Amino acid sequence: MDLFEYQGKSLYGNYDIAHPNSFLASNIEDLEKDFNLDYPVVVKAQVQVGGRGKAGGIKLASTHEELHLHSNEILGMDIKGHKVEKILIEEASEIKEEYYLSFTLDRSEKKYLMMLSAKGGMDIEAVAAENPDDLTMVHINPAETLTDEVIKKAIHNSNLNIVYENELLKIIQSLFKLFVDGDCDLVEVNPLAITSSGVMALDSKVSLDMSAKYRHEEFDEIEKDIPIPPSEKSAKEKGLNFIKLDGSVGIIGNGAGLVMSTLDVVAEYGGSAANFLDIGGGAKAETVSAALDVLETDKSVTSVFINIFGGITRCDLVAQGIVEATKGKDLKWPIVIRLDGTNAIEGLEILRANPNEKIFITDTMNQAAELAVKGIN
Amino acid sequence: MAILLDENSKVVVQGITGREGKFHALRNRDYGTNIVAGTRPGKGGEEVESIPIFNTVQEAIESTGANVALTMVPPAFAKDAVLEAAYADCELIVCITEGIPAKDEAEMYNLIKKNTTSKLLGPNCPGLISPGKSNVGIMPHEITLPGNVGVVSRSGTLTYQAVHELTQLSIGQSTCIGIGGDPVPGMSFIDVLKEFEEDQETQVIVMIGEIGGTAEEEAAEYIKEKVTKPVVSYIAGVTAPAGKKMGHAGAIVSGNKGTAKAKMSALEEANVVVVSNPTKIGQAVKELM
Repeated sequence: MDLFEYQGKSLYGNYDIAHPNSFLASNIEDLEKDFNLDYPVVVKAQVQVGGRGKAGGIKLASTHEELHLHSNEILGMDIKGHKVEKILIEEASEIKEEYYLSFTLDRSEKKYLMMLSAKGGMDIEAVAAENPDDLTMVHINPAETLTDEVIKKAIHNSNLNIVYENELLKIIQSLFKLFVDGDCDLVEVNPLAITSSGVMALDSKVSLDMSAKYRHEEFDEIEKDIPIPPSEKSAKEKGLNFIKLDGSVGIIGNGAGLVMSTLDVVAEYGGSAANFLDIGGGAKAETVSAALDVLETDKSVTSVFINIFGGITRCDLVAQGIVEATKGKDLKWPIVIRLDGTNAIEGLEILRANPNEKIFITDTMNQAAELAVKGIN
Repeated sequence: MAILLDENSKVVVQGITGREGKFHALRNRDYGTNIVAGTRPGKGGEEVESIPIFNTVQEAIESTGANVALTMVPPAFAKDAVLEAAYADCELIVCITEGIPAKDEAEMYNLIKKNTTSKLLGPNCPGLISPGKSNVGIMPHEITLPGNVGVVSRSGTLTYQAVHELTQLSIGQSTCIGIGGDPVPGMSFIDVLKEFEEDQETQVIVMIGEIGGTAEEEAAEYIKEKVTKPVVSYIAGVTAPAGKKMGHAGAIVSGNKGTAKAKMSALEEANVVVVSNPTKIGQAVKELM
């Protein structure tokens, strides 16, 4: 889960990572409450999209009047389709040097990857492409620790200012601790800056591994503050993986691979999916009826294709869910069902014992896709 | 022959007293798999449907000679369970558990590699089946048929779809393997391709990938250099919306790789027959046999 800058910085606080004093505001009135920063300050739009500076989403304010003026401008601003709901106001510091640092997982090496560069504050992808020698890449074995020696070597190789070696070492170790102990998928700081007030992480791009939610109470709080579309929200509360798409065929399937594949097959028959909805492994009857409830709220759906290949998911439980959700109901749209795999025979028996004129059972994925796209006549 | 798993494999099920653990252990046993033991700390000495339970994998191995572990424990305990099996020298560990934090996966993968000779399949995978011989995991065995096609996939349910297509055309399988789609899978496509290449029973290989990561591109490189057997492939997610990526670190690491198109063209370059729809896998294999 990708965090806003202010959320990443609140995690910096938990790991003793130096960052500017700041104040978070959702409206102008907030500025009258406990605002105690020293001017000048920087007003930063909180959006999850790059290029906010160029779009006018970052402004310097030297006085209270300027702060109000810029805050007014930026709050509510639209940056590449993202509405600014919050601004982060930070004490501005004099920047002497700007570096780049990130920790992520290199999936092909199956190791953590630290990237460090003296060319921070700019487009790091361009640096990597044009001057790869300016980007130091260090793999860290997850079964071992990141030693100070390895970091020092990276600092030297990247030609960072050695005068600040100890401070850099400390902040890099703390950021690595946030990455590992904080169960982050990504910790990226650009710039990691040497300022008049010392070495500081001036920006934050942090992404959390939500599989680790069970061991981090703070993840819940953070998640609550990240806006998601209402339809996706209700699906999430029911344990469904739902993404809204542009087409008209509602899709319900088990397993991300099969659902993606269902989208592809529907496209082959000339249709397009209204959504991606994965009920996951081991779904119960109530999961399936919850999935149908979610599609019920989507006005663009004209037919529904339920594609289940049982493994850990049992087709009889899926069939029960379909029956429970549709029994005696006048359905808005036809439902085309394909069941195979674990307990498919039992599942099909349940469906046949509870017929509904808008429910159609097919033998293959292709047949079902064709029927769902071209309509039932 | 088959790979990794055959009629001589002896399986210990970690988490056999759980609902899913018990259901699938018994299902595997009904198929003919030698389920020789289960483990559950504190329940040693008890039995589940006459399968003896031990407190530790070590004790289970000493008493029964188990060489394969099937791990079906909740995510919070999965890392410790997998490491326990590895340190007890299990040859193959099949971890079905879904939702293990990436840090735990990265740590256990590297600890196993550094300190043991165990092979880890998964996590978040459906397991593997050598049709007619043994099934370890959650794959529906009804759809399989003994034969000569090796199937390897990142996606559980798509593995079933592919196997189903083959069986419908009376094309049997040597071994079907789901490697799992998590960030740090144990065995990779390459590890499994290597086993299939060396297996005399396997004549054709089916490889099913999906968008994200670079595993398919790496497999394509390997196929080009090392695999002499024909390979048929399908990549799921051609029409899936591009996921938004945050930050630049990921982009620097993976470059332009990761899209369905990039994967398909890398595979085509390695002379792999790439099909556009999973239901076409059977026919494509038939033409190669």
